[in-house]
Amino acid sequence: MQFNRKHLLGLEELSSDEIRMILDTAVPFKEISERQIKKVPVLRGKTIVNLFFEPSTRTRISFEFAEKRLSADTVNVNVSTSSVSKGETLVDMARNLEAMKIDMVVIRHAASGAPAFLAQRIDSNVINAGDGWHEHPTQGLLDMLTIRDHFGKLDGLKVAIVGDVIHSRVARSNIWGLQKMGAQVGVCGPPTLVPASLKELGVKIYSRIEDVLSEVDVVNVLRIQLERMHSNMFPSLGEYNRLYGISTARLEAAGRDVLILHPGPMNRGVEIDSDVADGEHQVILEQVTNGVAVRMAVLFLLAGGKQAGAAEATEMRGE
Amino acid sequence: MSLQNGKNEKQVLDARMVERSLRRIAHQIVERNQGADGLLLVGIQTRGVNLAQRLVAMIADIEKTAVPTGKLDITLYRDDLRHNPVQPTVRSTDLPADITGRKVVLVDDVFYTGRTIRAALDALVDFGRPASIMLAVLIDRGHQELPIRADFTGSSITTRKDEDVIVRVREIDGADGVWIETPG
Repeated sequence: MQFNRKHLLGLEELSSDEIRMILDTAVPFKEISERQIKKVPVLRGKTIVNLFFEPSTRTRISFEFAEKRLSADTVNVNVSTSSVSKGETLVDMARNLEAMKIDMVVIRHAASGAPAFLAQRIDSNVINAGDGWHEHPTQGLLDMLTIRDHFGKLDGLKVAIVGDVIHSRVARSNIWGLQKMGAQVGVCGPPTLVPASLKELGVKIYSRIEDVLSEVDVVNVLRIQLERMHSNMFPSLGEYNRLYGISTARLEAAGRDVLILHPGPMNRGVEIDSDVADGEHQVILEQVTNGVAVRMAVLFLLAGGKQAGAAEATEMRGE
Repeated sequence: MSLQNGKNEKQVLDARMVERSLRRIAHQIVERNQGADGLLLVGIQTRGVNLAQRLVAMIADIEKTAVPTGKLDITLYRDDLRHNPVQPTVRSTDLPADITGRKVVLVDDVFYTGRTIRAALDALVDFGRPASIMLAVLIDRGHQELPIRADFTGSSITTRKDEDVIVRVREIDGADGVWIETPG
């Protein structure tokens, strides 16, 4: 199979074959990070800019490791959104970078759709590293790789996403990706943070965390952000923990093997209790390891692809 | 001569000839290295891996010693990624923890331009510093483009550049043999 895309903007537009190809390609890339010399020359001479308009530690570091282990040259640009008027400035900045001859842009932006907007206006490959409430495709891919490593498949699994679903790009990428790969996806959280419209996408909405734990194979625990409490989305962190927190007591009461994922950074004692975060159900650090491999696979496939435009790729998929 | 997909296929080695070629290579490897001590056979993905495993079994017969094997994928070291219209599949690399000080024998099915072996040499040195590196191939089809030659060769055959040499192994393809495919 041929990977024909020029950009990775989200998982919604990918076919199940394309997702499978990225995951399959990521598997041999894992071994490279185990070597003494953690480097292969496949992107030698390529220049990649990590353009981060939002603070990010782990995603940026993960991308940077992935780029360096493929021998690309990288530049990190951190821009604070507050002083920037979006749109024009974003494009101007990217065009200035392109004038210095770059090959790829990894972009994180607070505005949903910023990577797609950029992709239409510059010649470089664009990779979405998280845009607003829209998508975080490489996180979705690394979650799927971690689940697949554990169960040997995705098809037929039940996966629940717990927490602030409405504001979560991680949730959206997980829903699109997992459903395409044949998993059944559910969500659970305070009603103010779970959009009822998800039902229309075939997502099951759970109101009680106990029902989640007694039914699903995997729980992806989202980070609860403090500012949501300040905007009255839920009463207090303590109450959130009491109603939705993943605790050993709840896992034991369910009496089943449930795999626990968390995209990090964790609020221990809020959405996940410390003993679960360090316990035998979780694969949180495997997610981090897989993140580098998945990002290497994406960079490799985009660099080697036929560089067809998005329209052409869609057309080929329709055949 | 048979016709497949509008191309002419001519068999040049049958299963018994493949077996004899490999057995001869196994003997030559042992002879050249005065035994099997310190040897490591590394198969190049995909069919080189199967051939390396066969050679190891044959060397075990001759020397009563178990020689370790590894597999090497050279996709990420190729020099034609940007020129290749087909996306190559990345496969696994699996070498014993330390190759430093070992006498490595790279094993591949077909020796052609030498570019695969050039990539394999680059890949190997990222894993350590072998005492020596040798090359064993089942078929040398000519048209070498780099100053690299095989140390152990099953058969040398004359080919044209527009022909393909197809090596089939029973582990993957169900039967052993070598064919030359000519555009029909």
